[in-house]
Amino acid sequence: MSLEARDLAFGYRSHPVGSGVDLALAPGRVLCLLGPNGSGKTTLMKTLLGLLRPQGGEIRLDGRALGEWSPRERASRLAYVPQAAETFFDFSLVEMVEMGRTSHRGLFARPSRRDAEIARRALDTLGISALADRPIHRVSGGERQLALIARALATEATLLVLDEPTANLDFGNQMRVLAEIKRLRQAGMSILLCSHDPGHALEVADEVLLIQKGKTFARGAPAEVITDANLSRLYGIEVRYHGPHARPVPPAPPQS
Amino acid sequence: MIAAPNRFAWWLGGAVAVVALVAIWSFSVGRFPVGPGDVWRALWAAITGGDSGLAANTEAVVTRIRAPRVVAALAVGAALAAAGAAYQNLFKNPLVSPDILGVAAGCALGAGIAILFSLPIGVIHAFAFAGGLLAVALVVLIGNWVGGRDPILTLILTGVVVGSLFGAGIALVKYVADPYNQLPAIVFWLLGSFTGVLPKDLAFGLPLVAIGVLVLWLLRWRIDVLALSEDEAQSLGVDVKRLRIVVILMATLVTAAAVSLAGTIGWVGLIIPHAARLVVGASFPRVLTLSIVLGAGFMLAVDTLCRTAFATEVPPGVATAFIGTPVFIALLALTFRRSA
Repeated sequence: MSLEARDLAFGYRSHPVGSGVDLALAPGRVLCLLGPNGSGKTTLMKTLLGLLRPQGGEIRLDGRALGEWSPRERASRLAYVPQAAETFFDFSLVEMVEMGRTSHRGLFARPSRRDAEIARRALDTLGISALADRPIHRVSGGERQLALIARALATEATLLVLDEPTANLDFGNQMRVLAEIKRLRQAGMSILLCSHDPGHALEVADEVLLIQKGKTFARGAPAEVITDANLSRLYGIEVRYHGPHARPVPPAPPQS
Repeated sequence: MIAAPNRFAWWLGGAVAVVALVAIWSFSVGRFPVGPGDVWRALWAAITGGDSGLAANTEAVVTRIRAPRVVAALAVGAALAAAGAAYQNLFKNPLVSPDILGVAAGCALGAGIAILFSLPIGVIHAFAFAGGLLAVALVVLIGNWVGGRDPILTLILTGVVVGSLFGAGIALVKYVADPYNQLPAIVFWLLGSFTGVLPKDLAFGLPLVAIGVLVLWLLRWRIDVLALSEDEAQSLGVDVKRLRIVVILMATLVTAAAVSLAGTIGWVGLIIPHAARLVVGASFPRVLTLSIVLGAGFMLAVDTLCRTAFATEVPPGVATAFIGTPVFIALLALTFRRSA
């Protein structure tokens, strides 16, 4: 699946959030959206997922306008991986992953044996099949995030949109999720990643889109775009690097 | 604690068996006791049209007095539990009851107005039903008109507001009602009762309950996904807006039918799905199926106790609260201790 946006304006009718965004995502590539809180990343992501109507410009999924895909067609091609938030309802991991099969079933149909198999395989791919029957409240945040990625795989979509998949995870779990993203990319998936962490963009992305106040601030290869100067201007705080793959370190606390 | 599918089958089978026993008990006990064997013979004769060989009064007690009441209690319990389970998923909140969008207040106001105008009993039922639908329709329309980023929150707030408006309406109706005839009638109606349920009441309420519960049950795999955030459900291919309207419509239909049949009975729609979830996990298809059975059995057991435990009948709406409160506190303690 490829995804392309041209001159995209996004937001709500009464409250425009951003405009003039161009982006393109091809199979086997990872595109990372990077920007400060309130920059419009999430709204842009929801628009690209077809959850919000574009306010201008166009989005094409495999060359066809996103709005022309029926919701069910879209759901089996374009999958959304939300942040691993707590829900009250304590589904087991396999039940959560089986929900990924919804768009493949009729309105009244129960999950078939094939649905169960695909769900198991997705859990397997992410190395969490041992936890299949565990309630989702009883696994770590990282495992919960992996389960949500497994659910996206169970939709059989080949384009994944991940919303800050490493937020609220400890270092080990962050690395686990990033490693999975790399493996999915190698398997030929197209991946759109929203992130807070420039280090992660350097780690996994082929292309980075820096967003500020709903506009494209910079776009290009991670090493070219994630620079001291760009990050300092984007986040309004002076930033300096230690080496190409290290994380940016603020030199001094912000002056207040 | 994992609810494997076969564990669910055991729970469901057990629940069905218990409900069957409760039904036999309910047919047997009362001011005119009938042995379980005679209950069976009378029912069999009524179904097949044969001759039971029983005394006419025994047969009448079973088929004409107790049968409508048993069926009504089963239907009302199933309806309230199914509506509660569906609403808890829809609103992603396990503390939601079928009344959340004001259906019970609407029914009560409708019935109150009908009693105020001294309309016949059948019309009171119809007014109650229409009042419930009207209240929820108002909530949905106002909720849609207000809009907002979180439609669920808007709906709940609108439900609270419209519910209290109808509550004020009920208070006004009570205030202007004739204190010797109408006021007691309104109060008794609000308390709820299965006394004197007639086959013709069932002919109106039962099909509505059956249709609503059946639609919810058929859609159970889709409604399951509504427990996720709206964005997630939508991205999984569920038409959230349309499904939400269907669920609200069906839950309102069955609740209004139940309330117009037996008055406002609380707690069943809140506790039963919660209890079901405790034993079979969060999966909505399992919760709904078990809730329907447990709700039917619980309501019948409570009503049977209400008419036999004391010298005078206790209104089931009161009994459910007396039984429901301790049960609910126990469930809360169980849930929170487990997750602590």
